[in-house]
Amino acid sequence: MLITYVTFITERSLTSLYIYTNLSGMNFILNPWPWYVSGPLIALVMALLVYFGKTFGMSSNLKTMCTMLGANKFSDFFKVDWKEQSWNLVVVIGAIIGGYIAVNFLSNGVVTNLNPKTVSELSDLGFNNAGTNLVPKELYDFESIMSGKGLLILIIGGLLVGFGTRYADGCTSGHAITGLSSLQKPSLIAVIGFFIGGLIMTNLILPLIF
Amino acid sequence: MKHFKFLLVGIFFGIVLVKSEAVSWYRIYEMFRFQSFHMYGIIGTAVLSGMLFFLISKKRSVKNTLNETISFPSKDKGFIRYIIGGSIFGLGWALIGACPGPMYILLGTGVYSMLIVIASALVGTFLYGVIKDKLPH
Repeated sequence: MLITYVTFITERSLTSLYIYTNLSGMNFILNPWPWYVSGPLIALVMALLVYFGKTFGMSSNLKTMCTMLGANKFSDFFKVDWKEQSWNLVVVIGAIIGGYIAVNFLSNGVVTNLNPKTVSELSDLGFNNAGTNLVPKELYDFESIMSGKGLLILIIGGLLVGFGTRYADGCTSGHAITGLSSLQKPSLIAVIGFFIGGLIMTNLILPLIF
Repeated sequence: MKHFKFLLVGIFFGIVLVKSEAVSWYRIYEMFRFQSFHMYGIIGTAVLSGMLFFLISKKRSVKNTLNETISFPSKDKGFIRYIIGGSIFGLGWALIGACPGPMYILLGTGVYSMLIVIASALVGTFLYGVIKDKLPH
């Protein structure tokens, strides 16, 4: 009688534990993470790098890679010891692996919960199924690239990002996260710049090219 | 491997940015159309948590793993380079929906055409290095 009871209780609690982890725990990880969880975790990345005696600056890697590819023969700007920056290249490799892990093992393919207005606006511009992928097929797919237009957009976008970050001495990680949280005026100016450029592109230029 | 901890930080960074949808082109579009709080919430709470981290480190003179007191990474004074450079970056960010961190992360998620973006970002960085002395800073 007692044994049956214990077995029953154990089974019940195991089942509920299973259901609990399955519904709350696992789904919490598999679903997209809310902003109030994501923001502090991004700050944690910065805090860890600062704690390790480094900084959170992803665009610096582009400069380091230029040096490695021989850009130091063309400009003194690239005359830096790239080995001193190798830790940051390791962060890049980690980020690639992290992206792979996140989509293959920690996602459930749920559609990005965009504002319905955004979805219909994008559909009017010719971007279909907004939110079903991380990036639009209309820009990043093989077909779009082969059409020439997609290729041109990716090249121009890359040039602007690469040139702009070095000119502004930092990107979202260095200025928006690290710079703003350490109350630096130059970073505030840079972030205002990010928004000037971003607002012009999204609101004025994108509707013209699509 | 002395860089192993940086590999782990990078992996964590990649996972967080995918799970937060900050690497989504659509989230960036939505942000610049002011149609969602999501991205503002992420950046806002990241900055607030970061402030807290710097504040506590300063107050308690926390030492980093190299046994130095944690200090603010400081940027040079200036205006023109930040506003113009920032705007150029913003134009690109909104167009391709990826900044220099997410470029690599998206490559890991299987967006292989991101290699084109990374290659041209390298060219853009190179161009800056070559003509920087002719630019106002």
